[in-house]
Amino acid sequence: MFAASDLRKGLKIQIDGAPYIITHFEFSKPGKGQALYRCKLRNMINGNQQSQTYRSNEKFEKPALSERKMQYLYNQGDEYHFMDTESYEQTFITAEQLGDNIKFLQDNMELAVLFFDEKPIDVTLPIFVNLVVTIAEPWAKGDTSGNDTKPVTVDSGYMLQVPPFVVEGDKIQIDTRTGAYVTRVKE
Amino acid sequence: MLDLKGLHFRAAFFREVRSFFDSHAFLEVDTPIRQPLVIPEQNISHIPSSDCFLQSSPELYMKRLLAIGGCEQIYQVCRCFRYGERGRLHLEEFVMLEWYRKDADYIELMRDCEQLIRFLCVTLTNHSFPLNVDQPWEYLTVGDAFTKYSSLSAGEALQRDCFDELLVEDVEPQLGRTCPTFLYDYPLELASLARQKREEPELAERFELYIEGVELANGFSELTDPKIQRERFLAEYSAMGCGHQTMPEQFLTSLGQLDEAAGIAMGLDRLLMLFAGSSNLQEIVPFPPEELDM
Repeated sequence: MFAASDLRKGLKIQIDGAPYIITHFEFSKPGKGQALYRCKLRNMINGNQQSQTYRSNEKFEKPALSERKMQYLYNQGDEYHFMDTESYEQTFITAEQLGDNIKFLQDNMELAVLFFDEKPIDVTLPIFVNLVVTIAEPWAKGDTSGNDTKPVTVDSGYMLQVPPFVVEGDKIQIDTRTGAYVTRVKE
Repeated sequence: MLDLKGLHFRAAFFREVRSFFDSHAFLEVDTPIRQPLVIPEQNISHIPSSDCFLQSSPELYMKRLLAIGGCEQIYQVCRCFRYGERGRLHLEEFVMLEWYRKDADYIELMRDCEQLIRFLCVTLTNHSFPLNVDQPWEYLTVGDAFTKYSSLSAGEALQRDCFDELLVEDVEPQLGRTCPTFLYDYPLELASLARQKREEPELAERFELYIEGVELANGFSELTDPKIQRERFLAEYSAMGCGHQTMPEQFLTSLGQLDEAAGIAMGLDRLLMLFAGSSNLQEIVPFPPEELDM
């Protein structure tokens, strides 16, 4: 159990059976009034945001969250299948739950899957992933338009801006936190 | 850790605060920081210090100096301690400025606040105070503030036990935005040591000063009737579910000697924070709590 005085940004608590993460926290105490713990929370399953103000006598359950190392296998429609690399157990996560993470998934990629009460709810991608450029306009030499980037598409279907020298078939490194190009990978 | 420039600014700030009170014929006093008995206050957790507590405010002893010490106007800049209060606007150990005036009421304290802050705006060099303080300041009753900014009236909020929540969420963020705001005339039940308003007995002559939504000071016309003060302490003890109900007898006796008086407590770290152009106390103290050796 957590007490109100344990609340802080980043803490995960359980409310009405669902796991929430505190995204913003402020301690308040008006005048001669009582201590108030003001939180902005995000539901870790459906992403809904809400604001809550708690008093010091309130208690919070710790959500049963665990992380497992898994490998991404394939998708079947909206279901994305993963395999536990130790027990070979398989599970799937929906496209909705994966959100933007889908843009960086690669077959056989190893990542961490977050479980709540034994149900998978989210993945933590590696910070950097290497993806192959599948579509790129050739760079016209002498282009004087002043553009120093051009759009390309990588094998996961994700589109991003890269320097003009990147060509089809190049492997490029992408920062999954920002979705931005980092460097060209030589093999 | 605060840099050298910050340390100089902090020193100049405290120097000018003292200079204001010294030049207005206030006597600087000091009172015990360790106190064997602290007055009952539901919402304050005291930090024990062997057989005493560290003070959460010097008010008890300052009022005794006023009542029987022969003092007319006194001030003190001292350390106060409140357990569990940590955040952008809270430190467990902080600097309090308190001042008291004999034969005065809360209106005079509000005038003092205006003069003090205008003085600091002139005398402190290179400050970044967020508001122009030369124009008239806002005076807003608690009742009007709730009507203006909240979904419930102050009375309804009290009845439904959500006064503090609505104050913090709806009212406070709106206060002191274009000029400093005095929020005044609190419901009587929210004033343990303040005097009842004669014309409106459901209110207490208490006020708070807000600048940029930040609460800076709490002042009031002092309750000087020892009998009523004893009743309020007893009520506070029972609200706290406290078995032992030790009374500060010497304080209550000296209160009987006091005719009329007014006193105020101002969080000096917060005021300094505003003058330094910061919005976080951790940035203006020499050592924020997380930089202490553990």
